[in-house]
Amino acid sequence: MGMAKTISLADGEKGDRIRISKLHIEGVMRRRLLDLGFVPGRIVEVLRKSPLGDPIAFRVSQTCIALRKEESGQIEGELVDS
Amino acid sequence: MIEQHTIALAGNPNTGKSTLFNLLTGLKQHTGNWAGKTVDMKAGYFSHKDRKYEIVDLPGTYSLYSNSADEELARNYIIFEKPEITIVVLDATSLERNMNLALQVLEMTGRVIVVMNLMDEADKRGILINEKILMRRLGVPVIKISSRNRTGVDMLLDTIDRMITGEISTEPVTVVYDEETEKKIILLEEKAENIFQGRLPARWVALRLLDGDQRLIEEIEKRFAGRLEDGFAGRASVSTIGRSV
Repeated sequence: MGMAKTISLADGEKGDRIRISKLHIEGVMRRRLLDLGFVPGRIVEVLRKSPLGDPIAFRVSQTCIALRKEESGQIEGELVDS
Repeated sequence: MIEQHTIALAGNPNTGKSTLFNLLTGLKQHTGNWAGKTVDMKAGYFSHKDRKYEIVDLPGTYSLYSNSADEELARNYIIFEKPEITIVVLDATSLERNMNLALQVLEMTGRVIVVMNLMDEADKRGILINEKILMRRLGVPVIKISSRNRTGVDMLLDTIDRMITGEISTEPVTVVYDEETEKKIILLEEKAENIFQGRLPARWVALRLLDGDQRLIEEIEKRFAGRLEDGFAGRASVSTIGRSV
Protein backbone atom coordinates (compact mmCIF):
# COMPACT_ATOMS: atom_id res chain seq x y z
CA MET A 1 0.00 0.00 0.00
CA GLY A 2 1.65 3.21 -1.15
CA MET A 3 0.43 6.77 -0.99
CA ALA A 4 -2.67 7.35 -3.07
CA LYS A 5 -1.81 9.17 -6.25
CA THR A 6 -3.15 12.71 -6.47
CA ILE A 7 -4.25 13.86 -9.91
CA SER A 8 -6.53 16.46 -11.42
CA LEU A 9 -9.79 15.21 -12.88
CA ALA A 10 -8.59 16.41 -16.29
CA ASP A 11 -5.75 13.86 -16.15
CA GLY A 12 -8.03 10.90 -15.43
CA GLU A 13 -8.15 8.08 -17.99
CA LYS A 14 -11.28 6.26 -19.07
CA GLY A 15 -12.36 3.88 -16.29
CA ASP A 16 -10.43 5.69 -13.54
CA ARG A 17 -12.22 6.20 -10.26
CA ILE A 18 -11.16 9.32 -8.42
CA ARG A 19 -12.03 10.42 -4.89
CA ILE A 20 -12.34 14.20 -4.97
CA SER A 21 -10.21 15.99 -2.39
CA LYS A 22 -10.18 19.67 -3.32
CA LEU A 23 -11.78 22.20 -5.66
CA HIS A 24 -9.47 25.04 -6.65
CA ILE A 25 -12.37 27.15 -7.88
CA GLU A 26 -14.30 29.91 -6.16
CA GLY A 27 -17.57 31.71 -6.58
CA VAL A 28 -20.57 30.72 -8.61
CA MET A 29 -18.76 28.02 -10.58
CA ARG A 30 -17.67 26.34 -7.36
CA ARG A 31 -21.25 26.36 -6.14
CA ARG A 32 -22.43 24.95 -9.46
CA LEU A 33 -19.91 22.09 -9.34
CA LEU A 34 -20.80 21.26 -5.73
CA ASP A 35 -24.48 21.23 -6.67
CA LEU A 36 -23.76 18.86 -9.54
CA GLY A 37 -22.10 16.45 -7.12
CA PHE A 38 -18.37 17.30 -7.39
CA VAL A 39 -18.06 17.28 -3.62
CA PRO A 40 -14.88 16.49 -1.63
CA GLY A 41 -15.01 12.87 -0.44
CA ARG A 42 -17.16 11.63 -3.28
CA ILE A 43 -15.87 9.18 -5.90
CA VAL A 44 -16.38 10.04 -9.57
CA GLU A 45 -15.62 7.80 -12.53
CA VAL A 46 -14.17 8.88 -15.86
CA LEU A 47 -16.70 7.63 -18.41
CA ARG A 48 -15.21 8.91 -21.65
CA LYS A 49 -12.87 11.48 -23.07
CA SER A 50 -13.42 13.23 -26.35
CA PRO A 51 -10.66 12.79 -28.96
CA LEU A 52 -8.74 15.86 -27.86
CA GLY A 53 -9.36 15.18 -24.17
CA ASP A 54 -11.78 18.05 -23.76
CA PRO A 55 -14.51 17.80 -22.56
CA ILE A 56 -14.48 14.75 -20.30
CA ALA A 57 -17.58 12.90 -19.14
CA PHE A 58 -17.79 11.77 -15.50
CA ARG A 59 -20.23 9.64 -13.62
CA VAL A 60 -21.29 11.55 -10.51
CA SER A 61 -23.95 10.06 -8.24
CA GLN A 62 -25.60 8.05 -11.00
CA THR A 63 -25.57 10.85 -13.53
CA CYS A 64 -23.26 11.55 -16.45
CA ILE A 65 -21.84 15.06 -16.44
CA ALA A 66 -19.28 16.47 -18.90
CA LEU A 67 -16.82 19.13 -17.80
CA ARG A 68 -14.47 21.30 -19.79
CA LYS A 69 -10.76 21.10 -18.95
CA GLU A 70 -11.05 24.62 -17.57
CA GLU A 71 -13.09 23.20 -14.69
CA SER A 72 -11.95 19.58 -14.43
CA GLY A 73 -8.32 20.77 -14.34
CA GLN A 74 -9.12 22.69 -11.15
CA ILE A 75 -10.54 19.68 -9.31
CA GLU A 76 -8.07 17.47 -7.49
CA GLY A 77 -8.51 13.95 -6.20
CA GLU A 78 -6.93 10.60 -5.42
CA LEU A 79 -6.98 7.61 -7.71
CA VAL A 80 -9.00 4.80 -6.17
CA ASP A 81 -8.10 1.14 -6.85
CA SER A 82 -11.00 -0.48 -8.62
CA MET B 1 -65.21 33.89 0.14
CA ILE B 2 -63.31 30.76 0.95
CA GLU B 3 -59.69 31.28 1.84
CA GLN B 4 -57.18 29.99 -0.69
CA HIS B 5 -53.99 28.37 0.51
CA THR B 6 -50.74 28.54 -1.41
CA ILE B 7 -48.37 25.67 -2.11
CA ALA B 8 -45.09 25.69 -4.03
CA LEU B 9 -43.73 22.62 -5.77
CA ALA B 10 -39.93 22.41 -5.91
CA GLY B 11 -37.63 19.63 -7.12
CA ASN B 12 -34.76 18.56 -9.34
CA PRO B 13 -35.45 18.19 -13.08
CA ASN B 14 -36.95 14.81 -14.05
CA THR B 15 -38.34 13.92 -10.65
CA GLY B 16 -41.92 13.69 -11.91
CA LYS B 17 -42.70 17.05 -10.38
CA SER B 18 -44.90 18.14 -13.26
CA THR B 19 -46.66 14.77 -13.36
CA LEU B 20 -47.61 15.31 -9.74
CA PHE B 21 -48.66 18.87 -10.53
CA ASN B 22 -50.94 17.66 -13.33
CA LEU B 23 -52.31 14.91 -11.17
CA LEU B 24 -53.27 17.37 -8.43
CA THR B 25 -54.66 20.14 -10.60
CA GLY B 26 -56.06 18.34 -13.66
CA LEU B 27 -56.96 20.98 -16.21
CA LYS B 28 -57.20 23.81 -13.74
CA GLN B 29 -53.90 25.49 -14.53
CA HIS B 30 -52.43 28.45 -16.29
CA THR B 31 -48.94 29.49 -17.31
CA GLY B 32 -47.70 32.81 -16.12
CA ASN B 33 -44.66 35.00 -16.45
CA TRP B 34 -43.59 35.99 -12.98
CA ALA B 35 -41.70 38.98 -11.64
CA GLY B 36 -40.45 40.23 -14.98
CA LYS B 37 -38.52 37.08 -15.80
CA THR B 38 -38.71 35.20 -19.05
CA VAL B 39 -39.00 31.86 -17.30
CA ASP B 40 -42.51 30.48 -17.11
CA MET B 41 -44.11 29.05 -14.01
CA LYS B 42 -47.38 27.22 -14.01
CA ALA B 43 -50.02 27.77 -11.37
CA GLY B 44 -52.89 25.37 -10.82
CA TYR B 45 -55.81 24.93 -8.48
CA PHE B 46 -57.39 22.10 -6.54
CA SER B 47 -59.70 21.51 -3.60
CA HIS B 48 -59.47 19.02 -0.81
CA LYS B 49 -61.72 18.71 2.23
CA ASP B 50 -63.50 22.01 1.49
CA ARG B 51 -60.24 23.87 1.27
CA LYS B 52 -58.99 25.57 -1.88
CA TYR B 53 -55.36 25.53 -2.90
CA GLU B 54 -53.25 27.37 -5.41
CA ILE B 55 -50.16 25.38 -6.30
CA VAL B 56 -47.19 26.81 -8.21
CA ASP B 57 -44.90 24.53 -10.20
CA LEU B 58 -41.42 26.04 -9.73
CA PRO B 59 -38.73 25.42 -12.37
CA GLY B 60 -36.89 22.13 -11.84
CA THR B 61 -33.41 22.88 -10.46
CA TYR B 62 -30.54 21.07 -8.71
CA SER B 63 -29.88 24.03 -6.48
CA LEU B 64 -31.22 27.45 -5.59
CA TYR B 65 -27.91 29.30 -5.44
CA SER B 66 -26.13 29.06 -8.77
CA ASN B 67 -27.91 32.19 -9.93
CA SER B 68 -29.39 30.94 -13.18
CA ALA B 69 -32.73 32.58 -14.02
CA ASP B 70 -34.58 29.36 -13.12
CA GLU B 71 -32.94 29.05 -9.74
CA GLU B 72 -33.42 32.70 -8.87
CA LEU B 73 -37.08 32.49 -9.73
CA ALA B 74 -37.63 29.41 -7.57
CA ARG B 75 -35.63 30.92 -4.71
CA ASN B 76 -37.40 34.28 -4.88
CA TYR B 77 -40.80 32.64 -4.88
CA ILE B 78 -40.09 30.59 -1.76
CA ILE B 79 -38.37 33.37 0.15
CA PHE B 80 -40.45 36.42 -0.82
CA GLU B 81 -43.88 35.03 -1.72
CA LYS B 82 -43.82 32.70 1.28
CA PRO B 83 -46.08 29.84 0.19
CA GLU B 84 -47.82 28.24 3.17
CA ILE B 85 -46.35 24.90 2.24
CA THR B 86 -43.42 24.02 0.00
CA ILE B 87 -43.44 20.49 -1.34
CA VAL B 88 -39.98 19.25 -2.32
CA VAL B 89 -40.22 16.41 -4.81
CA LEU B 90 -37.28 14.00 -4.70
CA ASP B 91 -36.34 11.19 -7.07
CA ALA B 92 -36.39 8.15 -4.77
CA THR B 93 -33.83 6.39 -6.99
CA SER B 94 -31.30 9.20 -6.64
CA LEU B 95 -31.55 10.59 -3.13
CA GLU B 96 -27.87 11.48 -2.76
CA ARG B 97 -28.19 13.98 -5.58
CA ASN B 98 -31.69 15.15 -4.66
CA MET B 99 -31.13 15.78 -0.96
CA ASN B 100 -29.06 18.89 -1.73
CA LEU B 101 -32.13 20.82 -2.84
CA ALA B 102 -34.24 19.49 0.04
CA LEU B 103 -31.71 20.78 2.58
CA GLN B 104 -31.48 24.13 0.81
CA VAL B 105 -35.25 24.55 1.02
CA LEU B 106 -35.25 23.50 4.69
CA GLU B 107 -32.83 26.36 5.40
CA MET B 108 -35.37 28.77 3.92
CA THR B 109 -38.60 27.51 5.46
CA GLY B 110 -39.77 24.88 7.87
CA ARG B 111 -43.17 24.58 6.20
CA VAL B 112 -42.01 21.72 4.01
CA ILE B 113 -43.31 18.33 2.94
CA VAL B 114 -40.74 16.04 1.34
CA VAL B 115 -42.21 13.79 -1.33
CA MET B 116 -40.32 10.69 -2.45
CA ASN B 117 -41.52 10.27 -5.99
CA LEU B 118 -40.80 7.46 -8.47
CA MET B 119 -41.26 4.91 -5.68
CA ASP B 120 -42.37 2.33 -8.27
CA GLU B 121 -38.99 2.68 -9.97
CA ALA B 122 -37.13 2.51 -6.64
CA ASP B 123 -39.02 -0.67 -5.68
CA LYS B 124 -38.11 -2.20 -9.02
CA ARG B 125 -34.42 -1.51 -8.38
CA GLY B 126 -34.61 -2.91 -4.87
CA ILE B 127 -34.03 0.46 -3.21
CA LEU B 128 -35.48 0.50 0.30
CA ILE B 129 -36.33 3.83 1.86
CA ASN B 130 -37.09 4.18 5.55
CA GLU B 131 -39.21 7.30 5.53
CA LYS B 132 -39.66 7.24 9.31
CA ILE B 133 -35.93 7.72 9.90
CA LEU B 134 -35.78 10.40 7.22
CA MET B 135 -38.75 12.14 8.79
CA ARG B 136 -37.05 12.16 12.17
CA ARG B 137 -33.75 13.43 10.75
CA LEU B 138 -35.25 16.12 8.53
CA GLY B 139 -37.93 17.16 11.01
CA VAL B 140 -40.68 17.40 8.35
CA PRO B 141 -43.18 14.92 6.87
CA VAL B 142 -41.78 12.52 4.27
CA ILE B 143 -44.32 10.88 1.96
CA LYS B 144 -43.63 8.11 -0.54
CA ILE B 145 -45.59 8.39 -3.74
CA SER B 146 -45.64 7.26 -7.34
CA SER B 147 -47.35 9.94 -9.39
CA ARG B 148 -47.18 7.55 -12.34
CA ASN B 149 -49.18 4.87 -10.52
CA ARG B 150 -51.10 7.42 -8.46
CA THR B 151 -50.14 5.84 -5.16
CA GLY B 152 -49.50 7.87 -2.03
CA VAL B 153 -51.32 10.95 -3.31
CA ASP B 154 -54.15 10.60 -0.75
CA MET B 155 -51.58 10.50 2.00
CA LEU B 156 -49.98 13.65 0.59
CA LEU B 157 -53.33 15.50 0.44
CA ASP B 158 -54.08 14.45 3.98
CA THR B 159 -50.67 15.69 5.16
CA ILE B 160 -51.20 19.04 3.40
CA ASP B 161 -54.55 19.36 5.16
CA ARG B 162 -53.12 18.53 8.57
CA MET B 163 -50.28 20.98 8.08
CA ILE B 164 -52.72 23.79 7.23
CA THR B 165 -54.84 23.04 10.30
CA GLY B 166 -51.73 23.01 12.46
CA GLU B 167 -52.24 19.39 13.45
CA ILE B 168 -48.76 18.70 12.10
CA SER B 169 -46.02 21.08 13.15
CA THR B 170 -42.50 20.75 11.81
CA GLU B 171 -39.07 21.06 13.35
CA PRO B 172 -36.75 21.34 10.36
CA VAL B 173 -33.18 20.15 10.84
CA THR B 174 -30.57 22.90 11.10
CA VAL B 175 -27.51 22.29 8.96
CA VAL B 176 -24.55 23.06 11.22
CA TYR B 177 -21.40 24.46 9.64
CA ASP B 178 -17.84 24.58 10.93
CA GLU B 179 -17.03 26.62 14.03
CA GLU B 180 -15.65 29.65 12.22
CA THR B 181 -18.66 29.86 9.91
CA GLU B 182 -21.10 29.39 12.79
CA LYS B 183 -19.51 32.31 14.67
CA LYS B 184 -20.02 34.58 11.70
CA ILE B 185 -23.53 33.29 11.14
CA ILE B 186 -24.51 34.21 14.71
CA LEU B 187 -23.09 37.73 14.29
CA LEU B 188 -24.92 38.36 11.03
CA GLU B 189 -28.08 36.55 12.07
CA GLU B 190 -28.65 38.98 14.91
CA LYS B 191 -28.29 41.99 12.64
CA ALA B 192 -30.46 40.44 9.96
CA GLU B 193 -33.14 39.70 12.53
CA ASN B 194 -33.13 43.34 13.68
CA ILE B 195 -33.53 44.56 10.13
CA PHE B 196 -36.07 42.09 8.78
CA GLN B 197 -37.97 41.26 11.96
CA GLY B 198 -39.20 37.91 10.82
CA ARG B 199 -39.96 38.92 7.25
CA LEU B 200 -36.95 36.93 6.03
CA PRO B 201 -35.33 33.98 7.79
CA ALA B 202 -32.35 35.59 9.54
CA ARG B 203 -30.03 32.58 9.56
CA TRP B 204 -30.64 32.06 5.87
CA VAL B 205 -29.88 35.73 5.11
CA ALA B 206 -26.66 35.40 7.13
CA LEU B 207 -25.63 32.36 5.10
CA ARG B 208 -26.29 34.12 1.81
CA LEU B 209 -24.25 37.13 2.91
CA LEU B 210 -21.35 34.85 3.82
CA ASP B 211 -21.75 33.24 0.40
CA GLY B 212 -21.36 36.72 -1.15
CA ASP B 213 -24.70 36.42 -2.90
CA GLN B 214 -24.79 39.84 -4.56
CA ARG B 215 -27.91 39.04 -6.57
CA LEU B 216 -29.89 38.37 -3.42
CA ILE B 217 -28.79 41.67 -1.88
CA GLU B 218 -29.97 43.46 -5.03
CA GLU B 219 -33.29 41.62 -4.89
CA ILE B 220 -33.78 42.56 -1.24
CA GLU B 221 -32.97 46.20 -1.99
CA LYS B 222 -35.56 46.15 -4.75
CA ARG B 223 -38.28 44.48 -2.72
CA PHE B 224 -37.72 46.23 0.59
CA ALA B 225 -36.82 49.69 -0.74
CA GLY B 226 -37.78 52.19 1.94
CA ARG B 227 -39.78 49.64 3.87
CA LEU B 228 -37.30 48.63 6.51
CA GLU B 229 -38.12 50.19 9.84
CA ASP B 230 -34.82 49.94 11.63
CA GLY B 231 -34.06 53.62 11.24
CA PHE B 232 -31.69 53.10 8.31
CA ALA B 233 -32.38 53.16 4.63
CA GLY B 234 -32.81 49.55 3.52
CA ARG B 235 -29.99 49.86 1.06
CA ALA B 236 -27.39 51.04 3.54
CA SER B 237 -28.21 48.50 6.20
CA VAL B 238 -28.34 45.42 4.02
CA SER B 239 -25.08 46.27 2.28
CA THR B 240 -23.25 47.21 5.45
CA ILE B 241 -24.04 44.17 7.54
CA GLY B 242 -22.29 42.07 4.92
CA ARG B 243 -19.14 44.13 5.37
CA SER B 244 -19.05 44.13 9.14
CA VAL B 245 -17.74 40.56 9.48
